[in-house]
Amino acid sequence: MAASDASNGSSFRNAFGSVLSFFILILIGVLAFSIRLFSVIKYESVIHEFDPYFNYRVTQFLTKNGIYDFWNWFDDRTWYPLGRVIGGTVYPGLTLTAGTLWWLLNSLNIPLSVETVCVFTAPIFSAFASWATYLLTKEVKGSGAGLTAAALLAMVPSYISRSVAGSYDNEAVAIFALIFTFYLYIKTLNTGSLFYATLNAIAYFYMVCSWGGYTFIINLIPMHVLLCIITGRYSSRLYIAYAPLVVLGTLLASLVPVVGFNAVMTSEHFASFLVFIIIHVVALVYYIRGILSPKMFKVAVTLVVSVGLAVCFAAVAVLVAVVASSPTKGWSGRSLSLLDPTYASKYIPIIASVSEHQPPTWPSYFMDINVLAFLVPAGIIACFSPLSDASSFVVLYIVMSVYFSGVMVRLMLVLAPAACIMSGIALSQAFDVFTGSIKFQLPNILDDSRSDVRDATSDNAVAPTDVAKTAKSEDTTKERTSKRSKKKEKEPVEKPPSKSQVKKRLLVLPLGTSIIAIFLLMLLGAFYVVHSVWAAAEAYSAPSIVLTSRSHDGLHVFDDFREAYAWLSHNTEVDDKVASWWDYGYQTTAMANRTVIVDNNTWNNTHIATVGTAMSSPEKAAWEIFHSLDVKYVLVVFGGLVGYPSDDINKFLWMVRIGGGVFPHIRESDYLRDGNYRIDSMATPTMLNCLMYKLCYYRFVETDGRAFDKVRRTEIGKKYFKLTHFEEVFTTHHWMVRIYKLKPPRNRIRGKVKKSKSKTSSKPTSGSKRRGTGRNPF
Amino acid sequence: MAKTMTRGTRFVLFLLAVATFSAPVLSDLILAKVERRIDLTSQIVRITTTLKVENTGSDPVSEVLLTFPDNQANHLAYLTVTVNGGKGKGKASSGGNLPVGVVHPEGMPPSLTTYSVSLPKGLGKGDSLLLDVLAVFTHSLRPIPEKITQSDIQLVLFQESAHYLSPYDVKVQSLSVKLPDARIESYTKLENTKLHGSEIKYGPYENLSPFSYLPIVIHFESNHPFAVAKELIREVEISHWGNVQVTEHYSLVHAGAQSKGEFSRLDYQARPYVRGASAFRRLVARLPPRAHSVYYRDEIGNISTSSLWGDSKKMELEIEPRYPMFGGWKTTFTIGYGLPLEDFLFAVDGKRVLNITFGTPMKELVIDNLFVKVVLPEGSSGISASVPFPVKQRQETKISHLDVVGRPVVVLEKSNVVPEHNVHFQVYYKFSCLSMLRKPLMLIAGFFFLFVTCVVYMHVDLSISKSSPTYLAKLQWEEVQTNIQQLCNIINRCLTTNDKLEASLRDLSRTGDVQACKTTRKSVDNLLKELSKELKPLLTFLQSAPQAAHIAPKVEELIAKERELQERLMAKHSTVVDCYEKKLGGREIENRISSHQQKITALRQEVDDLLEFIDEI
Repeated sequence: MAASDASNGSSFRNAFGSVLSFFILILIGVLAFSIRLFSVIKYESVIHEFDPYFNYRVTQFLTKNGIYDFWNWFDDRTWYPLGRVIGGTVYPGLTLTAGTLWWLLNSLNIPLSVETVCVFTAPIFSAFASWATYLLTKEVKGSGAGLTAAALLAMVPSYISRSVAGSYDNEAVAIFALIFTFYLYIKTLNTGSLFYATLNAIAYFYMVCSWGGYTFIINLIPMHVLLCIITGRYSSRLYIAYAPLVVLGTLLASLVPVVGFNAVMTSEHFASFLVFIIIHVVALVYYIRGILSPKMFKVAVTLVVSVGLAVCFAAVAVLVAVVASSPTKGWSGRSLSLLDPTYASKYIPIIASVSEHQPPTWPSYFMDINVLAFLVPAGIIACFSPLSDASSFVVLYIVMSVYFSGVMVRLMLVLAPAACIMSGIALSQAFDVFTGSIKFQLPNILDDSRSDVRDATSDNAVAPTDVAKTAKSEDTTKERTSKRSKKKEKEPVEKPPSKSQVKKRLLVLPLGTSIIAIFLLMLLGAFYVVHSVWAAAEAYSAPSIVLTSRSHDGLHVFDDFREAYAWLSHNTEVDDKVASWWDYGYQTTAMANRTVIVDNNTWNNTHIATVGTAMSSPEKAAWEIFHSLDVKYVLVVFGGLVGYPSDDINKFLWMVRIGGGVFPHIRESDYLRDGNYRIDSMATPTMLNCLMYKLCYYRFVETDGRAFDKVRRTEIGKKYFKLTHFEEVFTTHHWMVRIYKLKPPRNRIRGKVKKSKSKTSSKPTSGSKRRGTGRNPF
Repeated sequence: MAKTMTRGTRFVLFLLAVATFSAPVLSDLILAKVERRIDLTSQIVRITTTLKVENTGSDPVSEVLLTFPDNQANHLAYLTVTVNGGKGKGKASSGGNLPVGVVHPEGMPPSLTTYSVSLPKGLGKGDSLLLDVLAVFTHSLRPIPEKITQSDIQLVLFQESAHYLSPYDVKVQSLSVKLPDARIESYTKLENTKLHGSEIKYGPYENLSPFSYLPIVIHFESNHPFAVAKELIREVEISHWGNVQVTEHYSLVHAGAQSKGEFSRLDYQARPYVRGASAFRRLVARLPPRAHSVYYRDEIGNISTSSLWGDSKKMELEIEPRYPMFGGWKTTFTIGYGLPLEDFLFAVDGKRVLNITFGTPMKELVIDNLFVKVVLPEGSSGISASVPFPVKQRQETKISHLDVVGRPVVVLEKSNVVPEHNVHFQVYYKFSCLSMLRKPLMLIAGFFFLFVTCVVYMHVDLSISKSSPTYLAKLQWEEVQTNIQQLCNIINRCLTTNDKLEASLRDLSRTGDVQACKTTRKSVDNLLKELSKELKPLLTFLQSAPQAAHIAPKVEELIAKERELQERLMAKHSTVVDCYEKKLGGREIENRISSHQQKITALRQEVDDLLEFIDEI
């Protein structure tokens, strides 16, 4: 009787605990979702930045034309005249997710627009990600740490920066996929269940669909497996966790068109296969050791090792030869720049030109993970006591991600979940210790005076005959806890010698210290929350297509980009080609629906270099290049009037560099005066005559009479000039976007023919001009 | 055939036709006096004509014919005829609009469109009647030149007849043309032509025969916005929860002279009214009072250049398109607002009536194609619409939030809409209030079933094979777990009994009551015996179960330790009681039991550890 009651009590307690953590998780989900809505509240429900516009456009296509057309989509509105096979070159995870979400909602007759679904995909998935973090951390260190880690992840600024409402980018779903894959791996490792191993492969597939960062998983897990093998932690569970993942995962990964045979051909996946072989060898060794006597085993080992080493060397030699024969050693540029941080700046300026591929600065660590940076070491220590398979995995995870985030600021995103997990573990362990010691001491102080009375009453309460009755009548959970605490509190009261022992076991700290420590931890947490909310509200919510500035007369909105795109979309022919620097390619195709020459996909360096060359050439040469590309409009972004710093003049050096990388007649030194980039009167003539300069500063002097550039904080070098081959067709309200039209060639050619007729062909200049006309940059 | 020709040739043909026809006398009506006022101040041409109709024949006449040349009739957007009571200046029109319809009477010259006005009562011999005719034309002002640069002014051309075109004799007539306050490039100078400021007067002319026609052309500057909505879709969605949501999708174009060449923002910003005079940058919409949740956006997001102000009478929304609209430039945008239901929905004879304006709230906007879609709540029936002028009507269904069968939509289609069409129209339908509860109930049911499914799923054993080894193993494991749980409970109870023993010892030290202590000892002994009996079957089960193989040693250890602890405690107890009986000193007792005491503490510790360990399994 009593026993069953007590067991009821404990199951009730468990149920209560799980209901409580269920509600906490729901609240964490709500928190993760709502903290990302600042952008919608402060600005509007709109897609942000650059890449999200592309994803949005792909999603629109998907919802409109269906999945088969999506796979076969050849996009002729970008990379003109090459086009781009979207279905085969895009990570489809995000698009398919949002498309499915949209389809689901619409089939339930909830007619949300594709845009709305896209805007809110990221917040929804960050709620999922925090739940996945809970699961992962729970597998590592129990549910207390899990809840803490989930709460931390829900508002870690680094992740918020990539997943605010409207930031419809791959990372939004990929972080969830990453954490969930790790969770399933750990779960498989802990349970040894094939069911979870299969799920793990599917989660990995989803990750491969979502983001190029999947290579992080396929390298981190083999490393952990190797670590386990080396430290002698091999078990059948490890085998089950790893082998199916490699086989199924690779098969599934190669189903994704953008990965395809890369899943077996490139060096990024090499580690997984190597470890796959190793784990089989190890499994075989364990098996043989099981069936052989130790003596025989020794003999077998020496035999196998000598033969095996020879075979291995041969295989490795062949592999090395194959890999070394390819120029990039089988690594993609972005991966190589991870291994060698200086690689991109040396060889691929296009990767180096992206600000998010730069190494982060120290303040950006503080900005992005804030107090977690201090908690991580404590978490690592907590993971070592005791070190399990799971905790060794998270330690490895944090170490690797710290390295990667140090190379590329973008990969701070991978570090954030690891930091949250570690800090969650650290915080929850700390709270455990502190609250434990308070709970342990508090009754002492209260009871010191009246311990006898308490003892007497407690004896009555736990009298065996009474247990059954009280269990029925009283709240069982209370009874249970009180019993426990009583047990603990009684010992030190009665048995002075045992006190020290118990103390040692519980790591009891002095009461005052623990109260202060808890208070400080709370303060730390509060600081983190304040910082995260600030980051979400102020730093990371700007959609970047609409800018605001606060001045004494209120909020001022700069909506120039959309003004320009709307103008393009309504007032130009539908097949007109628009040339701009690649940053604005995605936005132009998505918002203005016009064909662009290059876009943010940057897959063809030569093409981008052509545009860069045109921008850095004099007007006539530029006209010829653009004309050869069928371009009708040229779009430049100019911040000099209002002081918008990330405009084309500031990006111009990259255009020169990228252009010069392919077309050697563009030399960076021609644009620099004594190594300085300047546009004032000291600027080089090449700089002052290049197209970008002219298009940006055309008639700029007439605005204030002295042509003061507010971004560069200087007066421009050449103030009065006319355009001969381009005409201004639109400039936005704050001059941030200026659109020029190429003048038609007809009249000019006629004039030239006339000129050559009248002046005969004796003049050599016209001949050289003619040659210039014929030169095609391709 | 005439349609394919240009406007100019058509005129020639038309004049020829007029000239060749001998004017047929349709009836004995004459127009004693005709006053025409043409308003050209905006892009919409409004011609107000006051006719004094006299019956000179003997038969009573019940209809009056109005004629327009086809080129005008094609652009005719709106035509009303009211009876002028004579008092005042025609403002207080008594009665309502007279019914007007297109007729094709015999003997009419071609390329004329004839409208017949039915008079309220027959016009007897010698009677006369004053009629006010308002005709509104769109697209009648032709920009000449057709393409201008940013700094040019926009000039438009207007053609009319100086004589009133009528199938009747006209005794006295006059025409005045009101132009905007700006330059007049040229106008046809006839006799009796006077120019007063911005107003040109022709006439009076007297005693003109039917179908007399005298073309005049006015070429003047007009910089008023030529805003034309190529298409406007107005969606009025009724929610019986208290809201009428109006969404208007505009597709706007500047229909004036096309802009050519460069657009320089600099010039436009420096002198907007010189370099950009023909452009318009803002539109004003007059929304109904109590409009709320107003938004203004296009397909790429919110447009931030708008302002809203209002009082209890009206709300005014001023919107600016994303860019200034030059000639030929297009844009699209959407405005939406909510209105309180009680202002627009009424109940009449068991039916509900929506009474809302037909046209756009924008001022001076011409709409080429207007679609008004009234979305009624799901479950409405008996739908009918009444509009004061002819429109195309059809019905469709729209599936919106959580609909099952979809909402009925009344679609009213009208082309060539001017602000005069902005009158109220009615949509009648039947709707039961119970239908309102459908969706909440549906949601409640949905969630209820979701939770029920969850509950069922949690409680039903869904394993397919009841004899599969994994299933059996699971069952066995559960059994093992319950056994271990019970075992732990028993051990816990043993420990509490031990505590009781300790407590009795403490009582002893305080009171010295040896007898009480002994009785406690006895009861504790009994209890422990019982407990150990209970323990036995559990232990044997655990030892036999293969599932528990890895726990069994721990459990055995636990029981062994616990037993040892009991024995030690008993020993200590007997020692203490002995000592008390022998009346030994406190120190002596301490000494004797100290060894026991240490062992007990250590054992207790171990038992606790083991318990915790097993608990975690």
